[in-house]
Amino acid sequence: MLTKLTGGTVYDPASGIDGQIQDIYIEDGKIVAAPEAGTPLAKEYDLKGKVVMSGAIDMHTHIGGGKGNIARIMLPEDHRADPVIRTQLTRSGSGHAMPSSYVTGYRYAEMGYTAAFEPAVLPVNARQAHMEMGDTPILDKGGYAMLGSDDFLLRMMTAKKDQQAINDYVAWTLNATKAIGIKVVNPGGINAFKFNQRKLDLDEKNTYYDVTPRDILHALATAVKELGVSHPLHVHGCNLGVPGNIETTLDTIQGSGGLPMHLTHIQFHSYGEEGDFKFSSGGAQIAEAINKNKNITADVGQILFGQTVTASGDTMRQHANHAFASPNKWVCMDIECDAGCGVVPFKYRDQNFVNALQWAIGLEIFLLVDDPWRVFLTTDHPNGAPFTSYPHLIRLLMDKSFRNDMLATIHPEAQKMTTLASIDREYSLQEIAIMTRAGAAKLIGLEGRGGLTAGNFADITVYTENNDREKMFEKPDYVFKDGELVVQDGQVVHVTWGTTHIVKPDYDAAIEKDLTSYFDKYLTMKLGNFKISDDEFTEDGRASLTVHATQGGRL
Amino acid sequence: MLRGESVAKFSEVPSPFCGIGIDDLDVEVDGSKVSITANACAVTSAGFEQPIGSAEAKISGQSVSLEQAVNKAAELLSSAKQSFIGGCATDVSGMRALLAVADKSGAVVDNMKFNATRNNFLAMQDSGWMNTTLSEIKNRCDFLLVFGVDLESFAPRFFERYLWNEEPLYLTENTARKIVYLGAAPSGKAATSPSGQQPDVFACANENVPDVVAALSALVKGKTLAVEHVGGIAVSTLAEIAKQLQEAKYSVVTWSSSTLDYSHAELTVQTLCNIVKEINNQDARCSGFPLGGKEGDYTANQVCGWITGYPARVNFNKGYPEYDPFLFDSQIMLNDGQADALLWVHSYNVDATPPETDIPTIVVGRSGMTFDSVPDVFIPVGVPGIDHAGHSYRLDSVVALRLKKLRDAGLPSTADVLQAIEQAL
Repeated sequence: MLTKLTGGTVYDPASGIDGQIQDIYIEDGKIVAAPEAGTPLAKEYDLKGKVVMSGAIDMHTHIGGGKGNIARIMLPEDHRADPVIRTQLTRSGSGHAMPSSYVTGYRYAEMGYTAAFEPAVLPVNARQAHMEMGDTPILDKGGYAMLGSDDFLLRMMTAKKDQQAINDYVAWTLNATKAIGIKVVNPGGINAFKFNQRKLDLDEKNTYYDVTPRDILHALATAVKELGVSHPLHVHGCNLGVPGNIETTLDTIQGSGGLPMHLTHIQFHSYGEEGDFKFSSGGAQIAEAINKNKNITADVGQILFGQTVTASGDTMRQHANHAFASPNKWVCMDIECDAGCGVVPFKYRDQNFVNALQWAIGLEIFLLVDDPWRVFLTTDHPNGAPFTSYPHLIRLLMDKSFRNDMLATIHPEAQKMTTLASIDREYSLQEIAIMTRAGAAKLIGLEGRGGLTAGNFADITVYTENNDREKMFEKPDYVFKDGELVVQDGQVVHVTWGTTHIVKPDYDAAIEKDLTSYFDKYLTMKLGNFKISDDEFTEDGRASLTVHATQGGRL
Repeated sequence: MLRGESVAKFSEVPSPFCGIGIDDLDVEVDGSKVSITANACAVTSAGFEQPIGSAEAKISGQSVSLEQAVNKAAELLSSAKQSFIGGCATDVSGMRALLAVADKSGAVVDNMKFNATRNNFLAMQDSGWMNTTLSEIKNRCDFLLVFGVDLESFAPRFFERYLWNEEPLYLTENTARKIVYLGAAPSGKAATSPSGQQPDVFACANENVPDVVAALSALVKGKTLAVEHVGGIAVSTLAEIAKQLQEAKYSVVTWSSSTLDYSHAELTVQTLCNIVKEINNQDARCSGFPLGGKEGDYTANQVCGWITGYPARVNFNKGYPEYDPFLFDSQIMLNDGQADALLWVHSYNVDATPPETDIPTIVVGRSGMTFDSVPDVFIPVGVPGIDHAGHSYRLDSVVALRLKKLRDAGLPSTADVLQAIEQAL
């Protein structure tokens, strides 16, 4: 079964191809080299004049796990406004801010995405995250396990356990939860909130443990690096949303000591406190710091105007912001000596000074970070905006006049507080392909994804060139997942089931001795029942696991 | 698993029956007979030890093949204008398959405990809450307010496992915990601490519970009341409880939506949740803790949540899920003649039989289930956590237990049967 995609204009940053006309051949789910002349084709697609990229990869999107389901269940009114009808091929569900799982898969695929990664998997809730993602069709998926507010780690650090022991615990967690990376959320802050601390700066100690957020970041970033996990420690920093938090963020970058760190939804961490409203943009300074520190990557967490819901592990900050809930309802939970969650519906308004400036700050960061391999396109779905707004965001990045037209409509004081109007940069198609494909695959460590040369899996998206980039990116002509045509003209035409990407770094099994006794004494389930087994993925016959290599070593 | 000559032994067995996530059972299986040999309680024994029945599917009481029963079930659902799926008491995979049947056949999905759980959902969907989970209680809770429920009859091992544990992480000793019952009294001694400290008990009649919670709410907010008693409880007592909630390091308020058995009990739940939020705004920590999660009720709501966007009372008749916590009450639909076929799904309990009705009835039920009126189709299934592996949510809706397969009695799983029905539709 050989398929040929003929004559498309290919953007494949992974191989340095930038807008060249090339044929692509697909066989058995993978891209293959051009066959000998005369080899029969099962199918040929004429892609003359079309733009060809690999399938897009969302490296940070909340699509699976308890807080997302709380968001779904809490907002029936949002779902009622966006019912999704069953077809012969697809399941019914509901959409808008936090879509049901099937609808999530369909809508991502219909925008040309073929993989999405849940960034906040609480270890104790990892089963649920995987079960939800297991009901999300077409996409490949994976998760980053959250550590840093769990009492086991904080006890280890207070007891001055060595880095090797921490590495073993981190590796054990990755294995037990079937994750591909490690995330830290408000390092230690979720834990501190349980002890009634309401804020926690980078060098502030937990009132119970002898540990600061800086210590936690260092221990976890070192562990991830030494275990050889490709994805750097995924950091949701201290003081999210607090005016003046730029100091914390810059300090976090400076204090990384060259260790790889990914700073997520950095827009929410780039605020100054200047001006009449004591809220100002730190976009330029943050971008400059990213440009200088090559060990740092970031995704933006762009906000876009409208109704959404914020769902975060950061109970401390979500609780602090509950007064902004719109509609006025919200949930916070302390969870299992593991972490927590907070779900606060939010309506970003273009005539609200703060929201308008948040919008501008996100765009400043996108446009002022020089290297598209180190900045990633996210709205922190659903926190900044639902993922379905990506085509609009791409247009904002690629079209200066459109961007400036939008800028002219936001709160006038916010317009004065941003340099956005003076930034001429427009992202190229190749840069978009880097941010949403090749760069994301490289950052997560996805072997065989995010590229279009022979040997890669055939995850391919084809668009019709259109100067209105929003229209272009919202409705691909074709999407292939593992070589199968799944979307045509922006509609799902075939439903497949993607794989779950994980890593399985080695660890000293002796760690389980300490863990077993800790689980028995203090937690509420047995260690053996906590660990997720392979058959939980494979028993339904449609899911699978793909293990990516780790190459560790002490620093 | 250790295999003797004929008896298979299992340890660390999780229970889908109790809601509180017990997973330390020792179980022996002799043929098809299941016995809990360690850590049993009234709830888990009743769940695990029900004798097995026939594996034969039946149409109108006559034995048929599984395929015939599946086809008949699909035929009945296909010819209905508005079917409903009741019970909805199964594991995650069973619920997934159930929702696929509902989506394809345009059925109502109605978890049998929804009227009780609705009290929680309505409060959560109107103003939200701040809740906690079992391990936090086990290690942090220094003041537990048990509101309107006999906690130990809900979960006999709750106190033993989550309050009288020997070494809580953040308390000097386990007896540093204070227990107060308000609105209901305990039926036994489980709430008495290992050192003999008894709970304070302030019971009242069920009809006075709303007044009592309103008074407590006012006191927490610092209001003064112009009466000396509310619902037979001294206001000074309620003021003391308010003070204890405010002064504790980590207070927890627990309730059961099913024992708040009166109209608009959601307002009671909402008031409790708002008390918790208020205390957190007074620079103290306090959390809510709703009880539930037995026999798959939270599982039904969780899975329905991610597959449809709503908890488990939805109607697929228009081709998409519609949520209405009142309109799609299956008992009301039955009473009003709004439904013309019933699929009853209960994988856990032979006594949980479908409601009495004249409309065509299909039962996918735990093997051993018997009926006063013979259903049109009965397909016996295995129990998640006994006959097959699966997943079940415990009461905090955070932890999904990995249920184990303990025996092979030749029974299909609920998911197997419902997938077959969906295929036959």
